Amino acid sequence: MNELAKKVLAGDVRSVARVIRNIDDGIPSVKDVLIDLYPHTGRAYVIGITGAPGVGKSTLVDQMIAHLRKKNKTVGVLAVDPTSPFSGGAILGDRIRMQRHSLDEGVYIRSMATRGHFGGLTQSTRTAIDVLDAMGKDYILVETVGVGQDEVDIVKNAHTTVIVVIPGMGDDIQAIKAGILEVGDIFVINKSDREGSDKTLGDLKLMIAMDQKKHDEGGWKPEIIKAQAVFDKGIDDLLVEIDNHRDFIIKAKGDIHPRRQPKKVREELIEMIKIQIMTQIMNKLTRTGKFEKAVAMIVKGEIDPYTACEDLFSD
Amino acid sequence: MKRKLRLMVAKPGLDGHDRGARIIARAYRDAGYEVVYTGLHQTPEEIVEAAIQEDVDMIGLSSLAGAHKYLFLRVIELLKEKDADDIVVCGGGIIPDEDIMILKQAGVKEIFTPGTTLDEIVKWVEDNIHPRID
Amino acid sequence: MASIFNPKVFDDIKDSCLKWKNKLDKILSSRPERLDRFSTVSDQKVKRLYTPEDIKNLDFEKDINFPGEFPFTRGVQPTMYRGRLWTMRMFAGLGTAQDTNERFHLLVKEGQTGLSTAFDMPTLMGYDTDSPKARGECGKCGVAIDTLLDMEELFHGLPIDKITTSMTINPPASIIWAMYIAMAEKRGIDHKTIGGTIQNDMLKEFIAQKTFMCPPKASVRIITDTVEFGTKEIPRWNPISISGYHIREAGSTAVQELAFTLADGIAYTEAAIQRGIDVDDFAPRLSYFFNSHVDFFEEIAKFRAARRIWANIMKNRFKAKNPRSLWLRFHTQTAGCSLTAQQPYNNIVRTTLQALAAILGGTQSLHTNSLDEVLSIPTEEAAMIALRTQQIIAEESGVTNTIDPLGGSYFIESFTNKMEEEALEIIHKIDDMGGMLAAIEKNYPQQAIADSAYHFQKQLDANQKIMVGINKYIIDNEEIPVEVLEIDDAIEKLQIEKINRIKTERNNKRVKECLEQVGDACAGNKNVMEDLILAVKEYTTLQELCDVYRDAFGEYRDPGIY
Repeated sequence: MNELAKKVLAGDVRSVARVIRNIDDGIPSVKDVLIDLYPHTGRAYVIGITGAPGVGKSTLVDQMIAHLRKKNKTVGVLAVDPTSPFSGGAILGDRIRMQRHSLDEGVYIRSMATRGHFGGLTQSTRTAIDVLDAMGKDYILVETVGVGQDEVDIVKNAHTTVIVVIPGMGDDIQAIKAGILEVGDIFVINKSDREGSDKTLGDLKLMIAMDQKKHDEGGWKPEIIKAQAVFDKGIDDLLVEIDNHRDFIIKAKGDIHPRRQPKKVREELIEMIKIQIMTQIMNKLTRTGKFEKAVAMIVKGEIDPYTACEDLFSD
Repeated sequence: MKRKLRLMVAKPGLDGHDRGARIIARAYRDAGYEVVYTGLHQTPEEIVEAAIQEDVDMIGLSSLAGAHKYLFLRVIELLKEKDADDIVVCGGGIIPDEDIMILKQAGVKEIFTPGTTLDEIVKWVEDNIHPRID
Repeated sequence: MASIFNPKVFDDIKDSCLKWKNKLDKILSSRPERLDRFSTVSDQKVKRLYTPEDIKNLDFEKDINFPGEFPFTRGVQPTMYRGRLWTMRMFAGLGTAQDTNERFHLLVKEGQTGLSTAFDMPTLMGYDTDSPKARGECGKCGVAIDTLLDMEELFHGLPIDKITTSMTINPPASIIWAMYIAMAEKRGIDHKTIGGTIQNDMLKEFIAQKTFMCPPKASVRIITDTVEFGTKEIPRWNPISISGYHIREAGSTAVQELAFTLADGIAYTEAAIQRGIDVDDFAPRLSYFFNSHVDFFEEIAKFRAARRIWANIMKNRFKAKNPRSLWLRFHTQTAGCSLTAQQPYNNIVRTTLQALAAILGGTQSLHTNSLDEVLSIPTEEAAMIALRTQQIIAEESGVTNTIDPLGGSYFIESFTNKMEEEALEIIHKIDDMGGMLAAIEKNYPQQAIADSAYHFQKQLDANQKIMVGINKYIIDNEEIPVEVLEIDDAIEKLQIEKINRIKTERNNKRVKECLEQVGDACAGNKNVMEDLILAVKEYTTLQELCDVYRDAFGEYRDPGIY
């Protein structure tokens, strides 16, 4: 077995960190590690936590870690922050609110940047989750910024998706309505001591009720939790609901292994194929200079993009 | 595939003066780096553990309350203990010249005194920090 | 209520105005000015010239008036420095209580007229020297105070019944104050006699200085306890020094410094009123603390605007009747962030200009930075020069001969108006958010400051703003010519031994009881101060008491706004 894979299975932090880095940077040899780790995945329960900036996701995650640790569960965290579209850099600051756990051996926290990948998560999030899974973490919390359609990514990767809102979001709640019902398994109204908390609760209840059809068909009815993460209020309720959702999934689908549902496997495989194809083709086109040549010709008006594309593929 | 540099900006000890640290974090981001910012009031132990978990290539320490000798040297010590001393350590803040010498001798790669421009600080990373390899 | 100008003036000078403009245009076409845009360090635009036109609606009685008269633009006292000079109050603290006591004696001997205490990071953050969090930090940026014994040593031989003491302390301020009061009591000095200030301003900690311990609401509750206690028991004490200094040092503009500080003042006033204390009972003892930064005139305008805004807020918003409630009294410190490590003697010049601005702005008390602040705690020699700076301005420069000498200047009055206008905009914005506590929760002031700080740094790096010795008039391979003060690492061990000794010698049963009593006061609605004083008299340590606060109210952690 690959040396690095062995160390990851033994829970060696440095090795885990290095493997995730290799995934992030797209180092080809990481594939060998992942293949060796794969048989050891499927045990961890993955919770996605998403919501607009400033709603308190990191603080919530910090409290969830504390509660899970009290139950003697080990936790892995992936905290995803957006890469700046201008510079390609990123400030990864979610960790700040979880730093009190950094010396706890049962907790591993990793910050990641989206690196231009649309959808709120990095291209490599799924794979990073696999690594934390293989490392032996009982729970994996994935925190991402999400508004509107951006949440869609996280649901592909998590067993339970938690959407965090705050009171007084007003129009914002309407804005995230699109896609939110599809995605949220549990809604948390954080900073629930603020004005407008009951209205937000009412709004959410209404939206959930409008999707009554799904519930009637035996689907999961999303729960709404009021919380004040900063004061450690509501976290127990949240974890209870997550457990309920977990039981529901197991009843409905048999187990929680991420690769036992054909629909999700199909989606993941397509994504991987897309990436593989893109990488191979782009490598070839950039190596031979054909790509830049096509760009220059289009810019000069010598050729239309449709024909240019056809030509690139005709080789 | 070119690796992206991962940097850490940390404030060890009780010192809360973070104007410089935050500006530098922004400057690094604007230069295209990924920066893990640990926030205030971190012990050297917490900083080193975070650096290892995050697989950063460099830790930048900021201190303006006079405790740099103990704090910076403790970070260097811990990195050695944990076999992670390939992570480069640099720093800045209110640090008199005599102390700069002591810190450098102990392994701090560079100390940026007040008055260094952001361009210089970023350029130094460009010239001196490379992704850690196995 | 009329303009200070006869409207005819503007018609009269219209022609000469036009003539001047034409002349100017001709000159500019062949000799453009040095810069496209002239601005202050806060990037506030400054015009070429200010004329009566700029202040044509100024009403003397309503907007300027006489010193000691509403709205106090020219000063809060009728005789200002002709009656009494500002207090020369040099911020000092280093190493052990004994080390600092020596520095205090020196400064008093050399003519300072008020004491000001700087504490070390563990003390500021509510930790004892033996805490693992305090490793390496004992005495490094101020004096280490762990128990009443240290406090007693700190003020040994100093006439605290005759001189006022300021203590720059925030989360543990109530406890440090309790120690000071206990020390005074042990010396037989009456509560009615001791005078001074505790900074005790937690809102600016969340915004700027970041020495925090408990969350905002709990912090304000403790502060209100001190205000209540001070109002009843210690009449000559300023229980809060509402601070803008740190907000400015963190990178805010002058207008932001002004607005956020006054908004903090509004928050504290509201809290005290909610407690049931009559505004006219506590407002006269609210004090302020501003920065005096590099742009000379911007600072003077800022100080004048501050007085006018606060007077109006107290009168109209809080309906204060006592004239003393309307006074904005402030301490000033020259800007630390403007000093350079390069060519450090230049800092003497900077400090002088900044001190002068504060004096022309009517400050009640002043600390001048030493030339070596950028390197370490000031040496005696450097601290002396800083003190002498104030004394030379006071005795030789003549600026104290008349009150508010710049009053009436087209520039200064116009600039004062501008500062007031822009600050009020921000204050109203904060009001709309629900007040300062809500604004802090929304990270509004923190983000605004981070943005201003970044903006300034970019300007500095682009040479749009100049710092001599940094991006202009640089000396390559400069050898820093000053001696730097070093704090002995060994004092940490000695201080820890001292704590251990005290813990064995004191009545630990009483200590336990006192800690419980403080805990009960925190949990209930009892004012903590009396129980604190009892506790510190038993030589309970600073951290033991702070831990009670932590248990009762929880700990606040840095949300990391950048």
